[in-house]
Amino acid sequence: MSPEPTARLRVEFTLNDSPVRVDVDPAERLLDTLRYGLALTGTKEGCGEGECGACTVHLDGIPVMSCLVPSWQVGGRRVRTVESVSAEEVRPLLWTGATQCGACTPGVVMTALWIADHPELLQSHTVRELMAGNLCRCTGYDGITEGVEAMIASRGPGRAS
Amino acid sequence: MERIEGLAKLTGAERYVDDLAVEGVLWGMTVRSPAPRGRIRAIRFGDGVDWSEVVVVDHRDIPGENTVFLIEGDQPVLAADAVRHVHEPVVLVAHPSRETVRRAAREVSIEVDPGPAVLDFTEEPGPEILQHGDDNVFKRIEIVKGDVEAALASAARIVEGTYRTGSQEHVYLEPQGMLAWVEDGVVVVKGSLQCPYYVHKAMIRALDRGPDRVRVIQAPTGGGFGGKEEYPSMIALHAALLALKAGRPVKIVYDRDEDMVATTKRHPSWIRHRTGVDADGRLVAQDIEVVLDGGAYVTLSPVVLSRGVIHAAGPYACDHVRIRGRAVLTNSPPHGAFRGFGAPQTIFANERHMDRVAEAIGMDPIELRRRNLIRDGQSTATGQVIRDGTDRVAILERAVEVSRWSLRAADHRAFNASHPYLRRGMGLACFHHGAGFTGGGEVVLASRLEVAGLEGGRVEVRSANIEMGQGTLTVLGLEPRDVVIAEADTARVPNSGPTVASRTAMIVGRLVELACDDLRQRVGLSADDHGERVREAIARWREAHAEEPVGRAEYERPPGIEWDDDAYRGDAYAAFAWSVQVAEVEVDLRTCGARVTDFVAVQEVGRVLNPTLARGQIQGGVVQGIGWALMEDCLWERGAMANGQLTNYVIPTSEDVPPIRVLFLENPFPHGAQGAKGIGELPIDGPAPAVANAIARATGADPLEIPVTPERLATLLESASGTADPRVA
Repeated sequence: MSPEPTARLRVEFTLNDSPVRVDVDPAERLLDTLRYGLALTGTKEGCGEGECGACTVHLDGIPVMSCLVPSWQVGGRRVRTVESVSAEEVRPLLWTGATQCGACTPGVVMTALWIADHPELLQSHTVRELMAGNLCRCTGYDGITEGVEAMIASRGPGRAS
Repeated sequence: MERIEGLAKLTGAERYVDDLAVEGVLWGMTVRSPAPRGRIRAIRFGDGVDWSEVVVVDHRDIPGENTVFLIEGDQPVLAADAVRHVHEPVVLVAHPSRETVRRAAREVSIEVDPGPAVLDFTEEPGPEILQHGDDNVFKRIEIVKGDVEAALASAARIVEGTYRTGSQEHVYLEPQGMLAWVEDGVVVVKGSLQCPYYVHKAMIRALDRGPDRVRVIQAPTGGGFGGKEEYPSMIALHAALLALKAGRPVKIVYDRDEDMVATTKRHPSWIRHRTGVDADGRLVAQDIEVVLDGGAYVTLSPVVLSRGVIHAAGPYACDHVRIRGRAVLTNSPPHGAFRGFGAPQTIFANERHMDRVAEAIGMDPIELRRRNLIRDGQSTATGQVIRDGTDRVAILERAVEVSRWSLRAADHRAFNASHPYLRRGMGLACFHHGAGFTGGGEVVLASRLEVAGLEGGRVEVRSANIEMGQGTLTVLGLEPRDVVIAEADTARVPNSGPTVASRTAMIVGRLVELACDDLRQRVGLSADDHGERVREAIARWREAHAEEPVGRAEYERPPGIEWDDDAYRGDAYAAFAWSVQVAEVEVDLRTCGARVTDFVAVQEVGRVLNPTLARGQIQGGVVQGIGWALMEDCLWERGAMANGQLTNYVIPTSEDVPPIRVLFLENPFPHGAQGAKGIGELPIDGPAPAVANAIARATGADPLEIPVTPERLATLLESASGTADPRVA
């Protein structure tokens, strides 16, 4: 005996600079809406409980873990995922060995972009502190830390957006 | 040179198994045993789902033998009448909706009449808990060199110690997953895995199909570390059984908690040392006993034990050595392959013990190691004479120099004498790691590989060796734009062996070189022809023969390598990598938490093929080792992991570790690709003893067991001092 199908909610938001409209389950996670509803599989699930950071996306410019965000909450807001990222933006991460297996990488990239967009954060925090929400099991973090520093350097002084 | 697939990973374009959209796919889930041991009394299906919509599979749906075949056939694909561990797979369910399949799995209850279980691997088994032979021992190995009892009797000093290491979960960031479908009568699986031909072999046996009627394809794999060596065969079989019954593709992707509690982990160990030293601090006898917790089925425990015991006496010259090892059954999920494969456990014990020997005889721990390190012409515990020309003492001296050991030790003494609650100290570990399969393993594997000439003169490398983060695609790349690396697909690539045991760069890389030579010869070129000439010759050959030229290579044992598997004597590995690591720690006596504040890893791994990737392998291995040393603590309750979440099983974050300083000393190995030896496992051997030795020097505590969690260190400090104010080293 299956329970009655639950009501769907209509949600409209801006995804990677384009408007989207989706119908979601009230309990649906933003991570699943992106991956299975909108076929944007760049965002990964590592733990499903907000510990690993693999599912990091930007919500109104701030990194959040999409496994902890109910999809209905992003109505009217801006979501940015790894699919919007250009090769040029992330190339410094390649030089330093910031990616190995790649499973944590989309989340790492989204946090790294946020730091690079806000170099003023480094007045009060180190890159290691700011990256501590993204678990990586391959690199030991040196490649990531150096990659973020290289990203900031490649943008030149005073290029906070 | 950049990582070939790096940009795809950085922009989210790489497609892992859970990213593959498949028309008409069903989601599969596994229902597991609730008890560590017992007989299955009943399986009940609740009324919370419409069962007519759900595909259900149990052991009766297995066409062939009910076994996940690897070394022995004792592990069932799905438990039939009895269970041997909590989380053992019993029933499979599949449905188009992920929500519904989760509900269906919850609606299945497996009722077990419990039987007496082995929950402590160090206890002597009574008759009521025997489940394997007459002693529950999966494998015994004894290594004997000289006469250890006589040497102990004449030693100036005997130092004893018993050491324990805990289990460790791999926490590859991509959980295990597999997709299965049937295509033209062939059962195909594609997923996250390290060893396509292990899965292939297991499928042939359990599905009772010929080798051409099963096919295994590796999807991009988000980390393995050994955790995707044997268990993917189980998931592949589950997905295949559901797909066969449903007549539709089925995908199984584990949630993190299922992955953590149900799949393999590093073997817990109990290791006892009795060491005889003479008045000059020379090792005269090493008597070592090693016990590994194998879990409920044999799986890979015999070979993990093998690598463990071979490395147990360390990189030291000693004429009288006895190492007795056994891997035993417990009613917990089977322990399995994990980077280092038994060696990190025995090296922890040995290097912690060396510091305690040094303390017992009043010698500097570096001097003790300097005196005993193997020199060329001396032999290991198995009697393997080392003649590789590597200056092992120079590695030690370099690590001491780069870490500024003496200067810092003096600083730490002054700091510790004045600071109210912080204590600092340095610790060191000295070790080796054999590259490739143990003993005759590479000969038995007889790995094969092909390089084919494609249209336009490009070449394709056909190998079963897989990329899971270590950068193999890049290291094997010849002229990057002219090389295609074939997907690891058993229908297309020959068996070049599993991607394990630090063997890819050294052994498979060498096969690539040989196959390229063969290809050149086939198209009429000499070994030093390159670039345009190769492309033109391939194109000409294809025109003349109307088919592609294929260069082939098969593993050949390097000359002079002899191994006796019965006596456990001889050349255990074709090559060893050598390393010394130094850790600096700071302990906060208020919280008893220890932090690593500096780490130096010096190693000789033959020729370094790609400095960025090699450095990344070392740094990643070291940080995994630091996690195992300090924080990664699997808690067991009634044979099941009680903390199977990243919330309560914690691994190091970027904030928990310092930059890992990496130095390579290069001594090219003539039988490895461009002189390379294995690199992947070496770095995880040293951090645990180096960190524990540093904690001992910082605080005066004597940690004999890892992880050295704050709770454990608090207990040690209380017992070390007998008061609330710990002794300062």
